[in-house]
Amino acid sequence: MEIKEFISNFAEQFDDLDASILSPETEFKALDDWNSLVALSVIAMIDEEYDVTLKGNDITGSNTIQDLYNTVCERM
Amino acid sequence: MQYNPFSLEDKTILVTGASSGIGQSTAVECSKMGAKVIITARNPDRLQETFEMLHGIGHQQIVADLSNEVDIVNLVDRLPKLDGCVNNVGIVMTKPLPFYKREDVDRMFNTNTFSIVFIVQQLVKKKVLNRNSSIVITTSAGGVFGNTPGNGIYDMTKSALHSFMQTAALELAHKGIRCNSVNPAMVNTRMAEPSGSISEEQIQLDKKRYPLCRYGEPKDIALAIIYLLSDASSWVTGTALKIDGGRNLVR
Repeated sequence: MEIKEFISNFAEQFDDLDASILSPETEFKALDDWNSLVALSVIAMIDEEYDVTLKGNDITGSNTIQDLYNTVCERM
Repeated sequence: MQYNPFSLEDKTILVTGASSGIGQSTAVECSKMGAKVIITARNPDRLQETFEMLHGIGHQQIVADLSNEVDIVNLVDRLPKLDGCVNNVGIVMTKPLPFYKREDVDRMFNTNTFSIVFIVQQLVKKKVLNRNSSIVITTSAGGVFGNTPGNGIYDMTKSALHSFMQTAALELAHKGIRCNSVNPAMVNTRMAEPSGSISEEQIQLDKKRYPLCRYGEPKDIALAIIYLLSDASSWVTGTALKIDGGRNLVR
């Protein structure tokens, strides 16, 4: 898996978010459109695309998209 | 003289989903109110734990998986005549709409809705419920008094149960059987632990949305169930009793 693909899947969970503004260093919880439903969508996307089951606390414990990506890679 | 219109003395009550949470607390409180309690759940060890917590004598435990129709039939065949039945089986799933899968929806409806529909169906068909008995279904504030994003499948299963509760109340009234529900918001059971897709942080934030400033305890719900089982609620049927710390007053 490449982080580019991960970021694109991540961006799709928002209503209107241009994936090009995201980078591995983006602190995703600071994004204007971040909310609890997006969090659930990201968890469901990761389950569906990567077959990794994250918990709510995994999201809380990640700051950047890179953090999240690393967690997913570790558990694949 | 002891006056207690909520007594369950001389009543035999079936409690499903009795191995944890609201079901466990209900079984214990029923036994404290003098009922003979028959408890059932899937896991024998956890069921035994509940059994050991019951007060008084004459109780029974029967292991059964109520998502399985054969187990329902076998359970009902083993029951004595009942004066009450409390249905607590339930699981959660948080998933936004685009991620629904047919198998998720099937599993949730099988466990949360159809198991309860068919246990009540069997109890009625086999005439296990005495006249003046009371059926209580644990539905939810979610799906009946308000819906939550990400909780759609769960809310649907509970909304369907709400409808079933009302039909059962109507159809069984002439037999003297009442049917009501308790509709809790978040209660401190395994369901409310941050083990799934909801984080501890989100739970702490959510608690602030309750006017009474806390989640419910299983006993808060069990005592409402006692009321609905007892003769104190003789004129109550088809009622959805919201127990939510005021949560659904706030938008």
